[in-house]
Amino acid sequence: MTVDILKEEEKAIDIPAPLIRDARAIYTLWLRDVIRLWRDKVRLVGSLIQPLLFLFILGGGLRGRLPNGLAGTSNYQQFIFPGILVMSILFTASFAGIAVVWDREVGFLKEVLVAPVSRTAVVFGKVLGGSTNSLLQALLLFGLFPYFKIHMTLLLFFESVLTMFAIGLAQTAMGIALSARMSSSQGFMVLLNFIILPLYFLSGAMFPLKGLPGWLSIAVRVDPVTYGVDLLRGILLGAHHFAFSVDMLALGSFGAGMVVLAAKLFNMESPGL
Amino acid sequence: MIEIERLKKIFNVSGIPRIAVNTIDLSVRRGEFFALLGPNGAGKTTTISILSTILKPTEGRVFVDGHDVLQSPHLVRQNIGIIFQDPSLDDRLSASENMDFHGRLYGLSRPDRLKQSEALLKMVDLWDRKHDLVRTFSGGMRRRLEIARGLMHHPKLLILDEPTIGLDPKTRRTIWEYVHLSRKQWGMTVFLTTHYLEEADSADRVGVMDEGILVAVDTPDRLKKMVGPEIVVLGTDIQSMEPVRNFLENQIGILEIHLGSEGEISFPLPHGEYNAINIVRKLPGNIRSMTIRKPDLDDVFIQMTGKNMSLNQENASPFHRVYRGKL
Repeated sequence: MTVDILKEEEKAIDIPAPLIRDARAIYTLWLRDVIRLWRDKVRLVGSLIQPLLFLFILGGGLRGRLPNGLAGTSNYQQFIFPGILVMSILFTASFAGIAVVWDREVGFLKEVLVAPVSRTAVVFGKVLGGSTNSLLQALLLFGLFPYFKIHMTLLLFFESVLTMFAIGLAQTAMGIALSARMSSSQGFMVLLNFIILPLYFLSGAMFPLKGLPGWLSIAVRVDPVTYGVDLLRGILLGAHHFAFSVDMLALGSFGAGMVVLAAKLFNMESPGL
Repeated sequence: MIEIERLKKIFNVSGIPRIAVNTIDLSVRRGEFFALLGPNGAGKTTTISILSTILKPTEGRVFVDGHDVLQSPHLVRQNIGIIFQDPSLDDRLSASENMDFHGRLYGLSRPDRLKQSEALLKMVDLWDRKHDLVRTFSGGMRRRLEIARGLMHHPKLLILDEPTIGLDPKTRRTIWEYVHLSRKQWGMTVFLTTHYLEEADSADRVGVMDEGILVAVDTPDRLKKMVGPEIVVLGTDIQSMEPVRNFLENQIGILEIHLGSEGEISFPLPHGEYNAINIVRKLPGNIRSMTIRKPDLDDVFIQMTGKNMSLNQENASPFHRVYRGKL
């Protein structure tokens, strides 16, 4: 019976043009990441815990101790809310890099790399999948906005979603770029901690950027995450340190640079395979 | 189907160049079943990685179905299916999701994906488990799923890298049935690396590889004939081994003598000599037993490289060793 079924397939299979195939591959890789997150309810909910701790324990504890009206916001807890959203994005986006290293360890990456799909499409698919996942998780936290007395409009919602997606995109691309040459997921997690934590603490997510000591104010300006936090805080709370154009330019060029770097690294031969 | 010209691959292991593939030439016909035989570290997987565009050649040119692996890797990848030495499934997805994902990456339309997925999952006997996550599958089931997946886009060339390592004999047999069925269906070319002699034995041609060099390429029969018409295995004691070896080397002129453990000496019967007894009668020392058998590919390997391939398999699974011992 098996033989009969096979005999029907002898005619050639239609192969689409490379560009269409790459577009489909990007969708496929994106779909896989979203399916996997959806199945992994523990990850979906578990990754909310850390931001919630920061928001309600650290934020709640310091709320009464720090002056209200901090950098143009009504209180400290409200001040850090956009920063906490970025924290969630930062950590889930870097998870995309870990997932690539993990795929390499379990061998699945080979299946993708020998498929008739350009490496650039693979990078785009992974970056889109990772940033969608980080956006979904950030949106769960975003739902807390009434607690922070944010007056939501449709325009505000779209602006925030777009900003969060852009931050996620840039951070996922960074994670993917870092993952290109890594073959051990444990080593990669150590590396990520060395990079993600300074990026986060320097971003001004937890403190205002005004009146910082000289060295710190330079470090803060070098950190690309700063501009994402500033942009999101500007949109949500109307309080920002840099001009929106500066924020968008910095975020956009960092994101584009990371996507190009990731694609470049993946187009090189990877020896760890 | 495959044209390899003066292929060389050099890896840089912490600054020290290591030659994995050393200037090989090979040509495999369309529809041929070709086996690359050699111990671990011979350069088989490196060769396959270059064929499948994962690695780039350091020197030389490689064509698959007329396409240069460096110039048009896309076209090469579209035409090949690969079963890797190590598993490459997504174990968090179900069997049919793994198939569907593969079909999408190879540009199959939805009806094609559904049809191929059903036919192949039925062929490898996983149709009733299609919605189960691969995590719950045994090693043999995963291997069968990988075979089904590798055949899904009707590759012109199927590359199998040690596909049956660690599998039980029944699964190994069924996997070969699937592969041969597909060869018949659409004239698929098969390129296999293995160190199972009996798998290489059924190939149209065998390439013997050792330390990055392709030492010989021919049909299994002709390779075995090159060794000699027959292999003589003598049972002696430890003290007699050296005198017997000296006599065979100096008086008879046999150079390919293999000393085994526990006083076993084996050598190919020289061409033109049809009576092993004539030789054995003249031997010094204590000869307790004599076996005459047809040469196998292991003998070919010993003669070509001076090494015993079966002794070179530290990485083989314990099961693999037991199984070989029973053969």
